[in-house]
Amino acid sequence: MENLLHVGKNVPRTAEIDKVTGHAVYIDEYKRPGMLYGKILYSQYAHARIKSINTEKAKKLPGVRAVITGYDIPDVRVGFLGDQTVLKRDIVRQFRDEVAAVAAITPEIAEDALKLIEVEYEPLPAIFDPIEAMKPDAALVHETDARGRPLRSNILPLPWKFSAGDVDKAREESTYVVKHDVTTPWINQCCMGTSGCVAEFDSNNNLTYCAQTNVIFGAKQRIATYLRNIGLKGKKIRVLNPVVGGSFGTKLDTDIYEFICIQLALKTRKPVKIRFTREEEFAALPPRQASRFTIEQGCDKEGKLTFRKVDAILDNGAYTSWGATTPSVMMLPISSMYRVPNVSFQATCVYTNNIYSQAMRGYGNPQAAFAVETSMDLLAEKAGIDPAEFRLINRNHPGDVTPMGLKITTCPLEECINTVKEKIKWDEKRGKKNGRGVGMASLIHVAGGARVYLSDGTGIRIKVNEDGEVDVLSGSTDQGQGSPTVIAQIIAEATGFRPEDVNIVFGDTALGLWDAGTHASRHTFVAGNAAVRAGELIKRQILELAVQHIPKLVKRSLKQQQKKNPDFVPPELDYTLIDSPDKLELKDRMIYPREAPDHPYFKTEVGKILTSGLHVGVGESKAVAAEVFWDPPTQMLNAEMKGNYSCTYAFGTAGVEVEVDKQTGEVKILKLVSAHDVGRAINPTLVKGQIYGAAYIGIGYGLTERVQVVDGKVVNANFRDYKILTANDNIPVEAVIIEDPDPAGPYGAKGIGEPGLVPTAPAIANAIYDAVGVWIKDLPITPEKVLAALKAQGQ
Amino acid sequence: MKKEITFTLNNEEVIVEVDPKWTLIHLLREVLELTGTKEGCGVGECGACTVIVDGEAVNSCLYPVMEVEGKTVATIEGVALPDGTLHPIQQAFIENNGVQCGYCTSGMIMSAKALLDKKSDPTEDEIRTGISGNICRCTGYVQIVESIQLAAERMKK
Repeated sequence: MENLLHVGKNVPRTAEIDKVTGHAVYIDEYKRPGMLYGKILYSQYAHARIKSINTEKAKKLPGVRAVITGYDIPDVRVGFLGDQTVLKRDIVRQFRDEVAAVAAITPEIAEDALKLIEVEYEPLPAIFDPIEAMKPDAALVHETDARGRPLRSNILPLPWKFSAGDVDKAREESTYVVKHDVTTPWINQCCMGTSGCVAEFDSNNNLTYCAQTNVIFGAKQRIATYLRNIGLKGKKIRVLNPVVGGSFGTKLDTDIYEFICIQLALKTRKPVKIRFTREEEFAALPPRQASRFTIEQGCDKEGKLTFRKVDAILDNGAYTSWGATTPSVMMLPISSMYRVPNVSFQATCVYTNNIYSQAMRGYGNPQAAFAVETSMDLLAEKAGIDPAEFRLINRNHPGDVTPMGLKITTCPLEECINTVKEKIKWDEKRGKKNGRGVGMASLIHVAGGARVYLSDGTGIRIKVNEDGEVDVLSGSTDQGQGSPTVIAQIIAEATGFRPEDVNIVFGDTALGLWDAGTHASRHTFVAGNAAVRAGELIKRQILELAVQHIPKLVKRSLKQQQKKNPDFVPPELDYTLIDSPDKLELKDRMIYPREAPDHPYFKTEVGKILTSGLHVGVGESKAVAAEVFWDPPTQMLNAEMKGNYSCTYAFGTAGVEVEVDKQTGEVKILKLVSAHDVGRAINPTLVKGQIYGAAYIGIGYGLTERVQVVDGKVVNANFRDYKILTANDNIPVEAVIIEDPDPAGPYGAKGIGEPGLVPTAPAIANAIYDAVGVWIKDLPITPEKVLAALKAQGQ
Repeated sequence: MKKEITFTLNNEEVIVEVDPKWTLIHLLREVLELTGTKEGCGVGECGACTVIVDGEAVNSCLYPVMEVEGKTVATIEGVALPDGTLHPIQQAFIENNGVQCGYCTSGMIMSAKALLDKKSDPTEDEIRTGISGNICRCTGYVQIVESIQLAAERMKK
């Protein structure tokens, strides 16, 4: 691994130069001839019966091409539990319910037409508190399930229950036990580029769908099911990605606006674009879900964890998207963060008339880590052990198999904790209770794929053109993380070309092999593994050509020299040095004998071999191309929610120093150190970018961000009232890369997309306790909450 | 009622008919097809639409189009040299991961340019204040600030 030329280097993001010159084509710029613009009318109530919808005035507005309601399209259910229709025609169950949609020649006309649609509602009692909604006599959000069978409860039929060992016995045997509650809010992903798509049918009713999805094949599958259900069976679907202005989880599911866009395109026979306003992005896009946890942990007198018991209640909102599946990731820290032999976890997802949720960076991990890592500090205090020491005592080790069945391969958690301790000056600053304090928290996350679908694979196709250009078709997507650079580095390393030779096409279902999606921090790991394997095949093909063609080229050149200079005596060359591809190496575009790397005659630029070896003549010409589909050797979770669902796991620790103003309750972060196990950094600058960015979102999670939902309605749908951090907040963040190459990773790399976010908020809460002695267990930790807690303590 | 306005856009004189109700971003994106300027919120809160008018960074989504009459406007499309050579700020963003998804990048670069055009040697605080109206969700601003510092250093030489 030592002679890596491109992996580990800070290769610039030249492949994305259009992003700095203003020429990148996002969905905003994607235009088709005759394209119309779609807009959606949302519900005025959190729960109501629709008595009538009148679209006549809207239809008559000049420039309007279609107005559709639930009565104009087939009554087909969508979503992972099939609990909603595309346009709601009888009952609305949340404020963002889609009631009607318009397509018009401009977005402004479409918007005006919405105002002309008359909807008469009969309000129904609504339920907003999941605890209330769980009660046996609570009003039902849904009367029936997807198949029309009556429902008796608002509790979703989802199997989130996990148990290992004997928690009750362990509790009895524990020397110290702590129990507390935490709550976490809805968080908007806040992609700077808002949601949007363009749907276009050809005359055969085949669909080209340009969407920001980072799961192009999943989107294709969902749309195919939908089209089949509305009577368009067997139609071809091509999903394309524009440049994507951020994702953070928003582009995992296929949202309702996308089906609406498809319906408008069908109805008008024109390409239709829907693009959200910022207000819609806040109010009509599923956020990270709100959660409540009760966590109980115990340890023995040496400080070894004995058990962990967690009960979670998730406000599912009115419908179901991926938010309801986040317990599958909550289980990661709950079962496997630190060595804990006895674990019990149960998550209950409850329908309410609130907004529904889906994925956000970290999936359920940040929520669960907030519970686990604050509990670690409480328990450490009770046991009289320094929290850093307490974590070290209980840290995971390489070779561990956790209660969930996760097989820990590499695990430099000790180094992460110690690095943070040193950089944050833990021993010097801890325990002063003088308004300043330090806290830490750690994380475990999937870092080698995540088998949530039957296939967790990714395909890569590589071809090398006769001019020495390396074209790559990836079935994956890029949403800004830098894959065009990172995957190019990996391919350059594996093939022997240079990153600048590599041209990658992402995000096209017609060209790429299947991919499970750019999610779960899996892209660099899984696509990287496919890329290494495909790259090695390419290299082999070229070296096979070289075995044939280097001798030809050398002999021709010697002859030419003899012709020019009759006195030239050709050297005796040992052609056995290059008579097998195994004896050759290709690096940095040069082919040379392994035994004699600087051989003056045999060392050949790869372009010469391609020119001479590909276009040879009748029956002899060749192409250099390879494809690899790689599915990681992992397991699906079984009925007990156990299984090694990733090839490897990433660890990391965040340490925070805060200053708390006792007069105002304001928390100032003086320093944040985030040390992460990345296996090997393919591109350290880009890895740090992932850590910084994720840590910053984590700080927002800890201190400022929440979607305020009042009686089901989002009331802070703008950047004035939804507080995302700016450059002026000036929080010094240090990202530390801990390298311990993983045997399963491409050149040792692990995934690092999500981890930086996970431990940040609990580290802040723990630091605040160290500073002023109050626990805020309800995110975000606003000055009001700190002040109230200080007051309650008489401070 | 459309009116004709004249102004300088990326070093060229432009004479164009506009509806006085338009914002500058509407003219730029929808009429002149300069789509590098992004609309992230439409109400002046995110800074993705930042352009430079007479040396000042402004939110083009709020800027009334009639006010550019006689003024000089610079957008992201005019930052690189006509031969495609990147401006040092653009180059630094590419080298130092100042760009991730790229949606805030045009506005971020315009705010940085407005700052560096006025002050060649800003402090970190001045840089942070200079881009405080530009929201970025990807980077945590760290490598953006570093990119601007790198560009400032190179521009001094």
